[in-house]
Amino acid sequence: MNDQPANLTDRETNQFFEARKKVFPRRIDGSFRRLKWVIMVVTLAIYYVTPWLRWDRGPYAPDQAVLVDLANRRFYMFSIEIWPHEFYYVAGLLIMAAIGLFVVTSAVGRAWCGYACPQTVWTDLFMHIERFVDGGRREQYKLDDAPWGPKKVAKRLTKWTLWLLVAIATGGAWVFYFADAPMLARELFSGTAPQTAYFSIFILTMTTFIFGGFMREQVCIYMCPWPRIQTALMDDQSLQVTYKHWRGEPRTRGIKRAKAMQAEEVDASSLLPPGDCIDCKACIAVCPTGIDIREGPQIGCITCALCIDACDEVMRRIDRPEKLIGYTTVEDEKLAMAGKVPEPPLKRLLRPRTLIYFAIWAGIGLAMLFVLGNRSRLDIDAGQIRNPLAITLSDGDIRNGYVIKLRNMEQRPRDFVVTVEGIEQAELWTDLQSRAEATRQIRFEVPADSVARRTLYLAAPAEGPERSDILFTVTALDDETATASAPTNFNRTGN
Amino acid sequence: MAEHKEIDQPTGTEKVGHEWDGIEELDTPMPRWWLWTLYATIVWGVAYTIAYPAWPMIEKASDGLLGWSSRGDLHADLAAEEERRAPMTRAIAQIPIERLPEDSELLRFAVEGGRSAYKVNCVQCHGSGAAGFPGYPNLNDDDWLWGGDLQAIHQTLEHGIREPGNRESRYSEMPAFGELGILNRDEMNDVVSFVRVMSGQDSASNASRRGQAIYDIQCSSCHGADGTGNRDLGAPNLTDSIWLYGGDRESLYRTVDQSRYGIMPSWGNRLDPVTVKMLAAYVHSLGGGEELVEQDDSTEVDTNTDDAPDPVTQNERPAG
Repeated sequence: MNDQPANLTDRETNQFFEARKKVFPRRIDGSFRRLKWVIMVVTLAIYYVTPWLRWDRGPYAPDQAVLVDLANRRFYMFSIEIWPHEFYYVAGLLIMAAIGLFVVTSAVGRAWCGYACPQTVWTDLFMHIERFVDGGRREQYKLDDAPWGPKKVAKRLTKWTLWLLVAIATGGAWVFYFADAPMLARELFSGTAPQTAYFSIFILTMTTFIFGGFMREQVCIYMCPWPRIQTALMDDQSLQVTYKHWRGEPRTRGIKRAKAMQAEEVDASSLLPPGDCIDCKACIAVCPTGIDIREGPQIGCITCALCIDACDEVMRRIDRPEKLIGYTTVEDEKLAMAGKVPEPPLKRLLRPRTLIYFAIWAGIGLAMLFVLGNRSRLDIDAGQIRNPLAITLSDGDIRNGYVIKLRNMEQRPRDFVVTVEGIEQAELWTDLQSRAEATRQIRFEVPADSVARRTLYLAAPAEGPERSDILFTVTALDDETATASAPTNFNRTGN
Repeated sequence: MAEHKEIDQPTGTEKVGHEWDGIEELDTPMPRWWLWTLYATIVWGVAYTIAYPAWPMIEKASDGLLGWSSRGDLHADLAAEEERRAPMTRAIAQIPIERLPEDSELLRFAVEGGRSAYKVNCVQCHGSGAAGFPGYPNLNDDDWLWGGDLQAIHQTLEHGIREPGNRESRYSEMPAFGELGILNRDEMNDVVSFVRVMSGQDSASNASRRGQAIYDIQCSSCHGADGTGNRDLGAPNLTDSIWLYGGDRESLYRTVDQSRYGIMPSWGNRLDPVTVKMLAAYVHSLGGGEELVEQDDSTEVDTNTDDAPDPVTQNERPAG
């Protein structure tokens, strides 16, 4: 069997660095493989299509449904528009993503790694392209060992070109999230797009090409931090792909011999009854990370379940029950070894650990939705000017200064009035006015979707407490219910 | 270290020799591409120091083959910034200072430009918050020795105060009443008493009544009969709450005795006209800026400054 990968453990000792063992997995069909196809199509479709969805926001905002507008510091997601000071929504999403991984991992093990991780999805895609060009596993090993000749060069060039095309499409799709997609696409092809766009595409193309084409399982084993974290998140009730050694061992060799032996149920050379594993190594052949699942749980196993498909196929052929390799928990493994019936899957999923993770995850999500639903599209900040703090005016009154920030987060220019409460006889004027023009309230026009930063001066009689609490309030002229307030102080002494 | 190594039976790999709570570490070889990555970073590092300034020499660091320098970057950035600002600075250069408020965008630009010019040129005397020090006026308040509208502030900035040799510089000197022997100790004390009554700090007394007589003869020609000062002469308003050198008896006595006045350099020959205009806009924006009274008739400014009631009206306005 020369198409079997070199055993990962079969190496010379005292070697500090070793060459990568090439992994050319065999093609396999089965229920998990088909699930992987579905997930690949869905995730790739979401990734490639999302930037092209349109969303009408009126004349003052872009009409792209999902857009990270770094230049104008806005983040658009359908009807939601996030401003920089609302970045906690993004932080919340990131926390949800992390806790979401906790939920998934504690419930169904490394399902993220096996099905949804971009590294897995693109590696899988690249492997299919590779098989399309080079042929099956045997041909791939043969071609790899073959000396460089016209045929090998042609095949390699074809393969790399196809990989590069996929990689370019990947990098190209990513930049569309950061600019108006149709316009950027035209610019990209006419060569007038910003340097950053080309540079981003180049970087993402090269990382996709190298990670998906050449690094593959090495990314999972050496570079990715998730496997280390996930190990800590899993417990005895988390699903993992398991070789049921209590059913498979001792191994028999070859289908014919296995059938004969299993018919007798007695192994001539041993006192133990023969196991179901016929040591055909199909599970190793299909594994995209090149491991032997029969060695037990290991960091190289991304639980993609292709070995389950492969083993099931063999089990069907030798007339043994399926799932010699299957998703099992450590608890079930113990039960099975003791000859008992495993727990129903639902009971394993609903346990304190998963429920607590899910409650935290859902709690953050609901809290964010609630805040999002109630957030005001008008905001005011009042920062007291502290250098100098209190200024004596010629008539003896005291003046304080404030930097006011008005955020008009709606897609239209609006007129606002700023008033102050907390001090009788307060006079307000701006830095572009003089005190002669001071009034009780100041009117500002704030352009659509922007922040107006203004300096306000407030004068009040010197008689009064050293420090008064005051409140700046902004009210929209076209809608009196749209208001926001900012508390601050008025100081009569200072400097 | 190496002699104690053991072989892990299931994998056939050497153990590192450490043990934590029964967990042992295998000495698994690194992938070879990692080794090559290390070599590549070393090559990159050396090449980088050749391409960019890095190696310390006797005089300075090596220049680097690419000819890059952070100073060059800075110059390029500054040139680009200058280019970006050019339309605004040109507009400011063309517009007369008193018409700056007509274009609020231009005014805003001028205020911000003035803010940064202030940080470089003015903080030494007037303080980073423009609150001044004794003898160096507070620019945040509404008391102006020579006038607080855009034009007056611009004139002060352009030509300075009492700058020797500058004919257009604003100029005045208060006599040192004590040192010149015009008033004696008691007379000066009486005048101080009267000034404190005028500014509402003390109530009238015999001393203040004696002082009033001296004031009328010696002081009223500059500070006005009512003590509200005269901006043409830079004579401070003595009735308000703001004192350049302090309003307590001791400070006032010293001022009368020795006479005190400051000198401000003219900035017209140090800074470009646009920067001076922007500085005027910034100082005006600090909260005490006044409106130009006869805004539309700039030719009559000269006659305006001769108008005595002008500062008075300015003072009356906020008092209510």
